[in-house]
Amino acid sequence: MATAALPRDHAAGASHEATGLWSWITTVDHKRIGILYGATAFLFFLMGGLEALLLRWQLGRPDNTFLSPDVYNQVFTMHGTTMIFLAVMPLSAMFFNFMIPLQIGARDVAFPRLNAFSYWVFLLGGLFINSSFLFHAAPNAGWFGYANLTSIQYSPAINIDFWLLGLQMLGVASLAAAVNFATTIINLRAPGMKLLRMPMFTWMSFITQVLLLLAFPVITVALILLMMDRFFGTSFYVPTGGGDPVLWQHLFWIFGHPEVYILILPAFGIVSEVLPVFSRKPIFGYTAMVFSGIFIAFLGFGVWSHHMFAVGMGPIADTVFSLTTMLIAIPTGVKIFNWIATIWGGSIRYRAAMMFALGFIAMFIIGGLSGVMHAVAPADLQQTDTYFVVAHFHYVLFGGSIFALVAGAYYWFPKMFGRMLDERLGKVHFWLMLIGFNLTFFPMHFLGLNGMPRRVYTYPAGLGFSFWNAVATAGSLILGTSFLVFLINIIKTWRTRPTTPIPADPWGGATLEWSIPSPPPPHNFEEIPTIDSRDPLWAAKRKAGGTLPEPVRGSGAGIHMPPPSYWPFFAAWGILIFLVGFLVGVKLPIILAGAALLLVSVFNWAFEPVE
Amino acid sequence: MPRSAESSFRSGRWSRWLAPLLALVVVGCAEHYPQTTLLPKGDFARMVDHLLRTTVWWATGVFILVEGALVVAMIRFRERPGDPEPKQTHGNMALEIAWTIIPAAILAIIAVPTVRTIFKTSELPGGNSVQVDVIGHQWWFEFRYPMGKDTVVTADEMHVPLGRTVDLRLTSADVIHSFWVPQFAGKRDMIPGHTNHFWFKADTVGTYPSQCAEFCGEEHGRMGFRIVVQDSATFAQWEAAQLAPFAGDSTDSLFRVGKTLFVTAGCIGCHAMAGQPTEHIMSMMGPNLSHVASRGTIVAGMFPESDSTMSIWLRNPQAAKPGALMKLPRPLTEPEIAALVHYVRAHR
Amino acid sequence: MTHDAHALHPPTATGLDSRKLAIWIFIGSECLFFASLISTYVIYRGQSTVGPFPNQILEIGLVTIGTALLLFSSFFVVLALNGLQHGKRGQFLSFLGLTILCGLFFVGMQVYEFTSFVHKGLTIHTNLFGASFFTLTGFHGTHVSVGVLWLITLFIQGLRGKLTPEKALNLEIAALYWHFVDVVWIVIFPVVYLMK
Repeated sequence: MATAALPRDHAAGASHEATGLWSWITTVDHKRIGILYGATAFLFFLMGGLEALLLRWQLGRPDNTFLSPDVYNQVFTMHGTTMIFLAVMPLSAMFFNFMIPLQIGARDVAFPRLNAFSYWVFLLGGLFINSSFLFHAAPNAGWFGYANLTSIQYSPAINIDFWLLGLQMLGVASLAAAVNFATTIINLRAPGMKLLRMPMFTWMSFITQVLLLLAFPVITVALILLMMDRFFGTSFYVPTGGGDPVLWQHLFWIFGHPEVYILILPAFGIVSEVLPVFSRKPIFGYTAMVFSGIFIAFLGFGVWSHHMFAVGMGPIADTVFSLTTMLIAIPTGVKIFNWIATIWGGSIRYRAAMMFALGFIAMFIIGGLSGVMHAVAPADLQQTDTYFVVAHFHYVLFGGSIFALVAGAYYWFPKMFGRMLDERLGKVHFWLMLIGFNLTFFPMHFLGLNGMPRRVYTYPAGLGFSFWNAVATAGSLILGTSFLVFLINIIKTWRTRPTTPIPADPWGGATLEWSIPSPPPPHNFEEIPTIDSRDPLWAAKRKAGGTLPEPVRGSGAGIHMPPPSYWPFFAAWGILIFLVGFLVGVKLPIILAGAALLLVSVFNWAFEPVE
Repeated sequence: MPRSAESSFRSGRWSRWLAPLLALVVVGCAEHYPQTTLLPKGDFARMVDHLLRTTVWWATGVFILVEGALVVAMIRFRERPGDPEPKQTHGNMALEIAWTIIPAAILAIIAVPTVRTIFKTSELPGGNSVQVDVIGHQWWFEFRYPMGKDTVVTADEMHVPLGRTVDLRLTSADVIHSFWVPQFAGKRDMIPGHTNHFWFKADTVGTYPSQCAEFCGEEHGRMGFRIVVQDSATFAQWEAAQLAPFAGDSTDSLFRVGKTLFVTAGCIGCHAMAGQPTEHIMSMMGPNLSHVASRGTIVAGMFPESDSTMSIWLRNPQAAKPGALMKLPRPLTEPEIAALVHYVRAHR
Repeated sequence: MTHDAHALHPPTATGLDSRKLAIWIFIGSECLFFASLISTYVIYRGQSTVGPFPNQILEIGLVTIGTALLLFSSFFVVLALNGLQHGKRGQFLSFLGLTILCGLFFVGMQVYEFTSFVHKGLTIHTNLFGASFFTLTGFHGTHVSVGVLWLITLFIQGLRGKLTPEKALNLEIAALYWHFVDVVWIVIFPVVYLMK
């Protein structure tokens, strides 16, 4: 560790960070882009949460007419689409952006402008999909938009167009980001940081990028075929023209199942950072944790048809996909056991971040076990498309991903913003969230097994669904309140200026991000550190006899950083305009204008002086 | 167990939490669930149920052990003032191998009956079966019973004989639906352009609700049907009655007005109906109405079949079921509705 | 496309330039893109309900020339890169020019082929063959066109003397992409034209 750099030019004024709107539009700093991702995704998350509350309110009692069926279908489709593509994925991207370069000891990502481009495409794509609400034409065929319901014949309005064009755009953002982060992790590691010395979060993020790279092209093709059907009259998914709607299901789930791991692996990474720090013990079975992650990702491409047991693929296919799905439980189990072994024998500090991480383990176990029940193909014939499935994936994606992302938020907030979130409010947040979450989603297991299908806008009184639905709705209000507490916590923290700067390492961290000031200066590291162990900061502290001196915030003079650029921003607009050209009925001039703007931006970007 | 937790347990802090939770579960269990998968009424569902129960027991065992270990660790290893740095263990090969192999073994134990059941349920049991073709429509179910030359065509209500295998051929007229008989078997998708096979055998007489299980558009939530399990004599009677030609032709004026209105108001454009030119047309948009009054429900299980419900439906289908594909060419007057209801309900 | 990594100038962990690594990663991702398109084509082969069918439409003659030229162009771009790296400006520019001409010929061949198919009654909405053929070859053609545009940009830079041997990596990366596009065609060509 060589971070105790010389104070450079301190009097002459520390690094001047530009401020103002334009500086944010043209920023290429991975930390600022991370904050942009986080703020945007959090707003989308609140919106998706609001949508969830509308759904729960409608289902709170039988034969309710609070939402019309059409509006209900729009809201549940947007809830799923928003939470997956606009909340959980970009919340992970916030941490990829902010933390990966810091954890591997880099000054930025490999392609800072490409990084900005990813963000702007994501933002515009998210706004594009949501703008459909203004036209009362939000997507309404579910987040997996099964063909042939999405064909022109059965969905003639532009709802589906918003959805498919928006997803294409988000796909571009994800792919660009994935190329960038994969390159960054492979290539920009500090000297000595071998692959098997990388922090767990970086490792899981790396596996996530690989999944993104291999899964997103498949959905891109699936959506292209749907575009062809809807805009150019082909019959890829139209049975009357010889097409087969089941093709969509295969393509979608070849993407869709790895997507599940795209949502959960970063969460695994976050938890694997938080648990060791707050139990003062290194992660148990580091190598097993890495390889179980790789194994999960690999198997993730071989299980897609377990979403399709009811399609009638025949006993051989059902058997194969049953068994591969069960196999995934093994590396997942290894992870859970290793997490428990990590805290076992430790000295556990119950800070908010730690509580959310422990909550994650407890909830994820439940989601994992119900997942095994789905792997039992004949049993899945009863469970699929019922509320049992809804319960299962919320235990995995809320009990899993969201709990972990919130843990990450409490853990890394001081590093990102130089302020500590209130611990007391954090604990209130945790308990409300834990209770609200379980009240909302546990009853759904009973509802599903007792015959309530998912995606119904209402149910009659005679089927016995009223009681547990009322409980779930009550739970959802508590869950909503918990995030209100979180919001209050953030606002409160924002408004009270800390009198003294917070320490670089408030939790006793093990990884490099805690070795630099909070928030980090634009150039991150005064000097790129040299790594010789898996927990470099702990090693340094031990060597120094317990604590390290506060790192000095240098001016960054003499360190070359990439200059800001507005071309990524305009390139993103080019893509948006290009796709809007399709939305308004394949208007060639608009499409060409978009393509031209994209081309001009890319050229200017490529020839922009960066030296 | 550390003292604080122990004493709080004794002092009843836990039971204060536990009691309402238990009460909740008890109240929930007391509900009556006619659509439940947990009380199987046929071979197929029984096999599935057995498999599910086996899995649930294993899962519960694993749940208790793993969550237990987590809770014990959380309590036992909480920070105490002046704690020294904990022992820095990096792993334990023997342990890690154990917790790779033990789950694998448990999964193998579950996998064997799983695979066996997959194959067992995939083939139709031998013996005397009855064939039913089920066609999904937005948003109702059509059932056809091919019987030599004739075919019984009905909607919303699938009659099946007790103890005989029902040999199902499933398809869809528009988008993907999913056929589900929770009491007797699981689901099988109804896919346009495909004919899917499925079967079940009911062993308890009764009427059971079910509904479409694949999101299929605006009114997916109201796409229900009922399974009516009858002993073989009753089933045979029902079949005969469905095949019998319409015998209720009447000269009373309300009936005649209704019969004419069926044509002039446009009903005939979508519905097959005994005594009308559409009687034998199979590919109509809407349900076959030839024996509609013999059914227990109308509008895909939404209403019990009666004068008043049919009037509500005819007055404004879009108000009753927004998005329904039944659109009246023009609004009907109250006398017209009365005549149509009278005419249609004469078809038992 | 971007000089960012260049700007930071740190020695990388693998020793590879980040841009080169990135294009390899991108190509890996693109493999899945074309795999999905090709699979769709294969799944729908013989599923068309109405004609014209592949054996009535596809002609092997012209496309074989196009294929051969595309293959040669991969060779040419290697020679061009070699020229640039060794400061042989003549070799660099002439072979890069040849590469571009081959690419242009291929794109032209495809435009001609598409037009003639439309005249023979095969459009994108005629049947599944039309849909999957035009979609698959169209997306490949788009990739070729992007490659041609990229190479032309480098050619112009070369003419102006701005693409110097130190910047040979710029061409190397474009060449990697170009090879990939060729390899994809080597898969598409037999699947579409030989196994009809």
